[in-house]
Amino acid sequence: MLGPAPIPPDVRRPGRNRRIKQGVREFLAPYAYISPFFVLFLIFGLFPLLFTFYISLFDWDPIGEHRFVGLDNFAELLHDPRFWGALRNTFSIWVMSTVPQLLLALGLAHLLNHARLRLAALFRMSVLVPYVTSVAATTIVFAQMFDRDYGMINWFLGLLGFEHIDFTASLWGSHVMIATMIAWRWTGYNTLLYLAALQAVPRELYEAAAADGANGWRQFLHISIPSLRPIIAFTVVTSTIGGLQVFTEPLLANPVGGLTCGAARQCQTVTLYLYEQSFGQFHFGYGAAVGVALFVIVVAFSGINYLLVTRVRSERP
Amino acid sequence: MKPEPSTAAPKRARRRQANRVSIAVYALLTLVALVSVFPLYWMFVVATTDSATATTLPPTITPGGNFLHLAELVFTIVPFVQSLLNSLIVATTIAVGQAVLCALAGFAFAKLSFPGRNTLFLIVVLTMTVPAQLAVVPQYLIMSELNWVDSLQAVIVPGLVSAFGIFWMRQHIGSTIDDELMHAARVDGATTWQIFWRIAFPLVRPAAYVLGLFTFVYAWNDFLWPFIVLKSPENYTVQIAIKALQQNRDIDLGLAMSGSFLATIPLLVLFVFVGRRLVQGIMEGAFKG
Repeated sequence: MLGPAPIPPDVRRPGRNRRIKQGVREFLAPYAYISPFFVLFLIFGLFPLLFTFYISLFDWDPIGEHRFVGLDNFAELLHDPRFWGALRNTFSIWVMSTVPQLLLALGLAHLLNHARLRLAALFRMSVLVPYVTSVAATTIVFAQMFDRDYGMINWFLGLLGFEHIDFTASLWGSHVMIATMIAWRWTGYNTLLYLAALQAVPRELYEAAAADGANGWRQFLHISIPSLRPIIAFTVVTSTIGGLQVFTEPLLANPVGGLTCGAARQCQTVTLYLYEQSFGQFHFGYGAAVGVALFVIVVAFSGINYLLVTRVRSERP
Repeated sequence: MKPEPSTAAPKRARRRQANRVSIAVYALLTLVALVSVFPLYWMFVVATTDSATATTLPPTITPGGNFLHLAELVFTIVPFVQSLLNSLIVATTIAVGQAVLCALAGFAFAKLSFPGRNTLFLIVVLTMTVPAQLAVVPQYLIMSELNWVDSLQAVIVPGLVSAFGIFWMRQHIGSTIDDELMHAARVDGATTWQIFWRIAFPLVRPAAYVLGLFTFVYAWNDFLWPFIVLKSPENYTVQIAIKALQQNRDIDLGLAMSGSFLATIPLLVLFVFVGRRLVQGIMEGAFKG
């Protein structure tokens, strides 16, 4: 260690050395307490992120050679129909799951917030059940419910006189199926987030509005929605980050399709494509390029969504 | 309702009338509750019948008596007990790690003054917006450098502390721990560590507990990273074991469902005991960033 030479032990003042040590320790304590996060983030967060950019410039074979190819991977990506297909699937699934999910959560939160609602605790608990259900389990159950021949949903459609839909095999069908799994899992969670924010709204506001003859719908539009704007912005951004990285649902929804999620890659998302390229084909460089592209898209979209939501806030005070 | 002569009373009555919860609202909420719970029930039904009944129309919606047989199969086809144990180890370690390490960092940011505190905290918050999961390729390479591929610590260590957890604990410690209390302890000669461990941590234990619960559920359900890094069946977490069972899906649907149901039971048991706290935690803002 650099610095002045260590002070020789002073026999006449035995407490001094210990006091200095103690002082140094007290000065360093806060840094020690926050260091686990920074150490782990540097090793498993930041460094991999930078390294992804680096690897994306190579033709990187995990056991063979690493050949520098510059931006070739990205040039290839631009002309790769599988990538664009995966991107389209990801956006389609994201929109189909996020929009109904957040709208439903808004409405439910408003209903659950009613002062005179009986069994409120029971209803709140029940909407959280999907969130604690194991994710792989959820996916398998829904895949079975959407089954072409014996699925409950097709059975019901049949009762109504419709033809059976082959959900897993078709583009839109598989997107609807996966979006349903995601929405089922997260609606209750978002509902409770909104409900938490609504609890901060003074009860008198609703009471007064009711006395003035405003019905539930008008109370929802003019009291609930405006007070929820910041938390709506939060959920929109987190749903964007999560939704654009969807992986488990499409992987398990179509057991026959595996990594491509169906013969026609009809529900392969970008993360699934990243995985297929990296760990299925061992094209680490190309997989990393997919990761970089998705990273840029996620950051850009979170930013745009955030701006949109906050802009709506400023336009309608 | 009896009409009242005074002018104030009808208004109050009307207000009460206007603010009553209608039957339609209860019907709607009940429907939502049913939709929330039904897939779980359905999982149980299929998990207790053989595939022949699982593939009949109209669907059978009462449980059969085949559960023990299927469960036995689940336990023989994949090392399911081991998977459950692995998941338990992973989720518990991560949950405890987060509760303690995030409380420690949150304590430093909320209550200790040191050069660079605000900048460092800003960095912590900013890292929440970075989707680091997309960097799986180098994460995998790092793990193989460390010789951690196909080991539980590859899943555990990166999750031990989180920016969100630090943020959450800082909020709670900031509003719970009294500065005078800390000062008094200092005058009495307590070290920073003693103040944290003996005074601050016990006081914010409820918040740390909620953080731990959420982290547990999150870690239990984590799929992508364990799927990449865990290779051999004896190291599978329960989610990966289900994926392995599902390869038999065409052979026996009931089998995949039994596995799914068995994997969900621990979370449901947890939910029965701590559901209220979990709801309370979300209501207070315990969301994953």
